[in-house]
Amino acid sequence: MTRQTMIAALVGNPNAGKSALFNALTGARQKIANYPGVTVERKSGRMLLPSGEPVELVDLPGSYSLNPSSPDEEVTRDVIFGRMAGQAQPDVLVIVLDASNLEQHLVFAQEIIELGRPVIVALNMVDLAERDGLVIDAGALSSALGVPVFPTVAVRRRGLADLTAAVAALRDRSLDAEPAHRPHVTAPERRMLARQIARGAILSETAQHRIHTQLDRVLLHPWLGPPVLLALLFVVFQAVFSWAKPLQDGLDNAFSGIGDLVRSELPASLLRDFLTDGVIAGVGSVVVFLPLILILFFFILTMEATGYMARAAFLMDRAMAGVGLSGRSFIPLLSSFACAVPGIMATRSITDPKDRLTTILIAPLMTCSARLPVYTVIIGAFVPSRQVLPGIGQQGLVLFGLYVFGVLGAMGAALLLRRTVTKGAASGFIMEMPKYQLPTVKDLALGLWQRAYVFLRRAGTMILSVTVVLWLLLNLPRAENPQDQVDSSIAGHIANGLAVVIEPIGFNRDIALALIPAMAAREVAVSALATTYAVGASDDEAQGKTLGAQLKTHWSLATALAFLAWFVFAPQCMSTIAVTRRETNGWKWPAFMLVYLFGLAYVAAGLTYWTAVAFGLG
Amino acid sequence: MTLDELPLGATARIIAADWGALVPEEAQRLRALGVEEGAEVRLAYRGVFLARDPIAIEIARMTVALRRVHARAMQVETMPSGGTASAA
Repeated sequence: MTRQTMIAALVGNPNAGKSALFNALTGARQKIANYPGVTVERKSGRMLLPSGEPVELVDLPGSYSLNPSSPDEEVTRDVIFGRMAGQAQPDVLVIVLDASNLEQHLVFAQEIIELGRPVIVALNMVDLAERDGLVIDAGALSSALGVPVFPTVAVRRRGLADLTAAVAALRDRSLDAEPAHRPHVTAPERRMLARQIARGAILSETAQHRIHTQLDRVLLHPWLGPPVLLALLFVVFQAVFSWAKPLQDGLDNAFSGIGDLVRSELPASLLRDFLTDGVIAGVGSVVVFLPLILILFFFILTMEATGYMARAAFLMDRAMAGVGLSGRSFIPLLSSFACAVPGIMATRSITDPKDRLTTILIAPLMTCSARLPVYTVIIGAFVPSRQVLPGIGQQGLVLFGLYVFGVLGAMGAALLLRRTVTKGAASGFIMEMPKYQLPTVKDLALGLWQRAYVFLRRAGTMILSVTVVLWLLLNLPRAENPQDQVDSSIAGHIANGLAVVIEPIGFNRDIALALIPAMAAREVAVSALATTYAVGASDDEAQGKTLGAQLKTHWSLATALAFLAWFVFAPQCMSTIAVTRRETNGWKWPAFMLVYLFGLAYVAAGLTYWTAVAFGLG
Repeated sequence: MTLDELPLGATARIIAADWGALVPEEAQRLRALGVEEGAEVRLAYRGVFLARDPIAIEIARMTVALRRVHARAMQVETMPSGGTASAA
């Protein structure tokens, strides 16, 4: 043996239940990363053979063929042929078949078997097949294919012991065995053979998969489907805002509590301030996102696991096609109304790379919850609270307008991007609708844990370093009088320069000074303005109110409106930037996002200001 | 008749496909799903509200969603059996 650990790979069509099988075989011993140079997720984990010997198991992206039509399929092909950098060629391939969709899945299976590499077949989801009235003869399938076949039910852990034993047996044999020579056939022949083999292996079969069809008859109904989707999304958003808010506030309080504790325990020094306002507040600003990410992903993963996600994509495809996207972009964009971070993370389910990139780039235009504190303060101060129509207040109308403004901006941006930087063969919308399934708690928990880990580990480190840099900019060099700290800091000097640039769009130096720390997160703009206008108040609410009065004396209405327009577009959220970097595998696209969104923000704020001034509101 | 003109609920066999009219990746994806010459398909769902796009077809034991532009490239002949008479 040349290598210590043997490598096995799971390979199969999408919706074959590969991920569930992977989870069942590896448990929580998983590693998630990107394949080098592409944004395809590499999932690997440790599987134990009956002897206790560990095997590295790689879950290859779902593919229909070795002749790739997507980056996912390219990765699958390259790994199987041992051409993927940083990934040794698998010693054993485990083909995963959906037992209730043999005719389709056997096409790719034959292509893999023809390679003559050590192969075993996991005939997965036999329970669902039986539910559909399908009984399959694994022995007949095995002799037709010429490779061992094992029936499995990944979610119930059935057949796993046989499968791992077979992997062990295959390893012992494959060491001295010559690669088997198998005849190569053309794709149409393969499809015909698949049909024949499937018919030969199916012992009995009832007419149709019933539960599946009956659910779809309602959920895909042209008039019933959309209201059901809408109702579901309403519940999701209710949950996100009613559950996440208290948790976020709790975490926020916990971190300021820790900060206070450190402040009271340590002697006053720059180091103490660095620890409390830089590091602890920085870690806090990362961690407060967790409840939102976990709650949103709980729903997203459930929708994916049950098979409903594909139905939602079907229902929304027409609307999304209008701006050059597909139905798959809908859920990520909708999630971005809560927070662009989970929204961008959810774009992984978009198969077409150009569609996915466009969705990532426009996600920050959806009005996320962090903009609300900014909007509320400004609207509260400058927009009179009177009724336009019975039940419809002017303030609410302006807020609604800002949401619409964001959506329109996103649509316009998508149209433009699709014709320029993300131009390319339209992916259209071709997708297999998976069968409905009950999700398992374990798979959901694992999925949630992975999102949390990816966010805290990959995005968190960057967010923390930016927070620390921002703190240093605001606190160095030290001023003699604490009152003048912000003005005499590096950030203060930057603000002087920035003020010149943003003066034409009606922004003063105070705003410039607030925009710098607000790079961390938009809502920081409120507290930064409060500091600038030296408003002493205990809690955020009271601060907001008195701040409003202060703003009214310092800003014109035109400036306030321009400030609102700025925040519709400005990408002032380093978590979004960090997640974009992670999801696009480099700095190119986050940099592009910063430039184009700041450009839009500048133009939008400028147009608003100039128009307002022209109407005599300056 | 092309696949997009098929009445809702009707079953048909694809007799010819104009692969050149489709983006190569899309053509490949359709073939990979078995949507190609000789396949028997049933038009199961079409559009949302008054739109006629996208459509979902049943093929083998799968339901596959696609757009009308793809369906328009498929020449079909209707088949008498299998289709429940629920044309919209």
